[in-house]
Amino acid sequence: MTEQIKEREALGGAEVGRARRRKEDARLITGRTQWTDNIQLPGMLHVAFLRSPMAHARITRVDASGALARPGVVAAFSGADLAGEQGSLPCAWPVTEDIVIPDHPPMAVDEVRYVGEAVACVVAIDRYAAADALEAVEIDYEPLDPVLDMTEALKEGSPKVHEAGNKSFTWKFAEGDIDAAFRDAPVVIDRTYVQQRLIPSAMEPRAVVAQTDGDQFTLHSSTQIPHILRVMLALTTGIPEHKLRVIAPDVGGGFGSKLQVTAEEVLCLLLTRRMGKPVKWTESRSEGNLTVHHGRDQLQHIRLAAESDGRVRAVQVDLLADMGAYLMLVTPGIPLLGAFMYSGIYKMDAYDFTCTGVFTTKMPTDAYRGAGRPEATYAIERVMDELAAEIGVDPMEVRRRNWIEHSEFPYTTICNLTYDSGNYEAATERALALFGYDKLRAEQADRRERRDPVQLGIGISTYTEMCGLAPSRVLGSLSYGAGGWEHADVRMLPTGKVEVVTGTSPHGQGHETAWSQIVADSLGVPYEDVAVLHGDTATSHKGMDTYGSRSLAVGGIAVVRACDKVKEKARHVAAHLLEASPDDVEFSEGRFQVRGTGASRTIQEIALATFAAHDLPDGFEPRLDASATFDPDSFSFPHGTHLCAVEVDTETGATAIRSYVAVDDVGAVVNPLIVEGQVHGGIAQGIAQALFEEAVYDVDGNLLTTTMADYLLPSAADLPSFVTDRTETPATTNPLGVKGVGEAGTIASTPAVVNAIVDALRPYGVHDVRMPCTPERVWRTLRSREEESA
Amino acid sequence: MTRISVNVDGIAYQDDVEPRLLLVHYLRDRLGKTGTPIGCDTTNCGACTVLLDGRSVKSCSVLAVQADQCEITTIEGVSSDGTWHPVQRAFHEEHALQCGYCTPGMIMASIDLLKDDPDPSEEAVRDGLEGNLCRCTGYCNIVRAVRRAAQEMRVTAP
Repeated sequence: MTEQIKEREALGGAEVGRARRRKEDARLITGRTQWTDNIQLPGMLHVAFLRSPMAHARITRVDASGALARPGVVAAFSGADLAGEQGSLPCAWPVTEDIVIPDHPPMAVDEVRYVGEAVACVVAIDRYAAADALEAVEIDYEPLDPVLDMTEALKEGSPKVHEAGNKSFTWKFAEGDIDAAFRDAPVVIDRTYVQQRLIPSAMEPRAVVAQTDGDQFTLHSSTQIPHILRVMLALTTGIPEHKLRVIAPDVGGGFGSKLQVTAEEVLCLLLTRRMGKPVKWTESRSEGNLTVHHGRDQLQHIRLAAESDGRVRAVQVDLLADMGAYLMLVTPGIPLLGAFMYSGIYKMDAYDFTCTGVFTTKMPTDAYRGAGRPEATYAIERVMDELAAEIGVDPMEVRRRNWIEHSEFPYTTICNLTYDSGNYEAATERALALFGYDKLRAEQADRRERRDPVQLGIGISTYTEMCGLAPSRVLGSLSYGAGGWEHADVRMLPTGKVEVVTGTSPHGQGHETAWSQIVADSLGVPYEDVAVLHGDTATSHKGMDTYGSRSLAVGGIAVVRACDKVKEKARHVAAHLLEASPDDVEFSEGRFQVRGTGASRTIQEIALATFAAHDLPDGFEPRLDASATFDPDSFSFPHGTHLCAVEVDTETGATAIRSYVAVDDVGAVVNPLIVEGQVHGGIAQGIAQALFEEAVYDVDGNLLTTTMADYLLPSAADLPSFVTDRTETPATTNPLGVKGVGEAGTIASTPAVVNAIVDALRPYGVHDVRMPCTPERVWRTLRSREEESA
Repeated sequence: MTRISVNVDGIAYQDDVEPRLLLVHYLRDRLGKTGTPIGCDTTNCGACTVLLDGRSVKSCSVLAVQADQCEITTIEGVSSDGTWHPVQRAFHEEHALQCGYCTPGMIMASIDLLKDDPDPSEEAVRDGLEGNLCRCTGYCNIVRAVRRAAQEMRVTAP
């Protein structure tokens, strides 16, 4: 507490910038949290889904009647039973005009296309009874060939996932003369990288509770997107939007995986509509690994042309992106979010990008922390290291020769993005100092010379990313189905307390705390006097929810704007009460004062006077509240320099992270504690992709990593402490100067780790290790290089 | 059905349960002790950790009938008279949680860890919490919190 008071003094009383401990914590650390699965309603029934054991098959017979004889079972349905009302799960991002968007029934009717697809459901009086009865549902399948490899899938004669074929779309972007850039280029680097398939693995499994009184419907769901979900569910089920309330109560993490309109949400609504009873479904983890959308899964062919001194001429990318069996909410748009990031922080003359979305008989992919940008950043940061190795220059020096200099901002990149601000020099200088770069390079040279079986590798990632999704016009130009604005309502209550309603939907990000800090400063009220409401479409009627590191940079600004409007209204009331002209009334730290006099009123007094409405200016509506919707002109572009040192045991293939330094520039900071937490978690998730995690399907299309025993989330024992610091180059595109931070760590850390591993092994002729860089993969890579050179 | 007698967070319960009923479902669905969440079905994540006769167990891998005659402490029973346990306070102070889903289990496992090792090194905390997964924090602040709580508990220990 003393610490906090000191911070406050240092900031001159300001809340913004202060490491406030979070308001959210009290309920979370005492077990009083409202998770969706906690909900118990009178007469509530429980749903269990029978899921396809086949990757690809025709359904020839379904008989759910056996389940009805089981104890406690109330109903059972097949896909055919619901075919007339279940509609098709939506895809809101048709990236090209000729994109193939297959019909996607929430419950399969004729054909299954991935293991885990729902084929029938049982509704029973408790969760055990529902699960038990699934075995009594009889289904006959006629097996079809699975389609598992993207390259094979695009070949003539491949088995088809859908009648229309295995290609969903091809999307292109080009700028500059790519042929000229590659013609006679002194250096060409040509690499193919595999972005393995990942399982987002939010700690809270999905859960849905649906209920109706016969007219109104209420859906509780562990979702990141209550507002978008309401619109999409209304369109999918035909339940009119105004009859549908969606509530995201406390939500235990998302990382993009809960940015979705799921089959289970649609089906629970249909079941409550049919049965008139509340229904609940909660997934098990193994069910979730099969059926929560997966992330990444791209095959990246990247070519880079450079001068002999390492100056980059051009980058060309040919991408295959695995859509899985269907297109879900934003599936085809994910690789596009990366399309504009392959130039990273570097200047170049030409860029060419082609992406083909491919259907396979696997769980669909969609947004996962970073969504497209981690893949792009990985490829460019890996290739910059390859370029450095090729021309024999330190990889940091190659970056310096190419990056946008601080004096060049704002800078429009080859991808036509205007980076408003940045200081790559400052972040790098700080990171190098914290890391002890030169000393580690010296140790590396020593170990190489000694032929130490444990080699030291140093990995660099000088990343940037585009986030804060927004701007609506840009999203529209990319054929995205919605806007990117965000909304806030701010209202002064009669007693001077403040309610803020935000359209963002936090699930761990601490908006209740950060928005309170913003409002406290803006209205000059105590931090404790602000309450933040979110996640319920009945109270928060308008919003675009939380993903893409957008909440502060878009939603936080909406809060600022709404506060400005409230203050403007209050100024008129204050002027009236003080018998002054509004132009002569100044506002400072919660008090309206007539310039040059001692006459003043607090904003709390104005709130009460407005409530009483006895003496207001003529025509003034007796309300001290305001709404604001903010739609920025541009994305936000956080950046930073991450440095990773690894020790790789060349005899066992084991990698140990020795030190990790991250210096991020996320612009101005509202709460440094929350920012640091986001960076820590982001780095851990990126390291997890580099070292541990992969969703593995066997040759028949069965997911092998269905449990947390098989899909390896890192534990505390698997990760080091991170050294983090910040530089602060304010964004110029919003009044707070903030940039997004939610995904930065994940985007930055994966290439830092793999660059370090490859750096350690370069003397052995290694120039890539496929992720995750498990001991076995590293060992096999080393042995195959030995064999090649023998 | 089997009759069991348990004491959960200081209250005695007697219930008839199916022998297969998991302790965590008994706590959540029968007793309304929803402070203890479920994160997986293979004992890997530790979100459901409670103390069974003072030792941490993953309540998804204990049958309710195995808890017969036992004393169970959940996250809802660790503060007393409205005063948070030092581990709860430390998690708050060090920002050792984000979404908070793993937090009840993480706190219960930490309480047990500190019983065995009142002054754990960073490495000891990391190893000791290996059975509890967090997807949000990257664990840095969890490690800090546990060590901070340890220090506070040593100072206030009689």
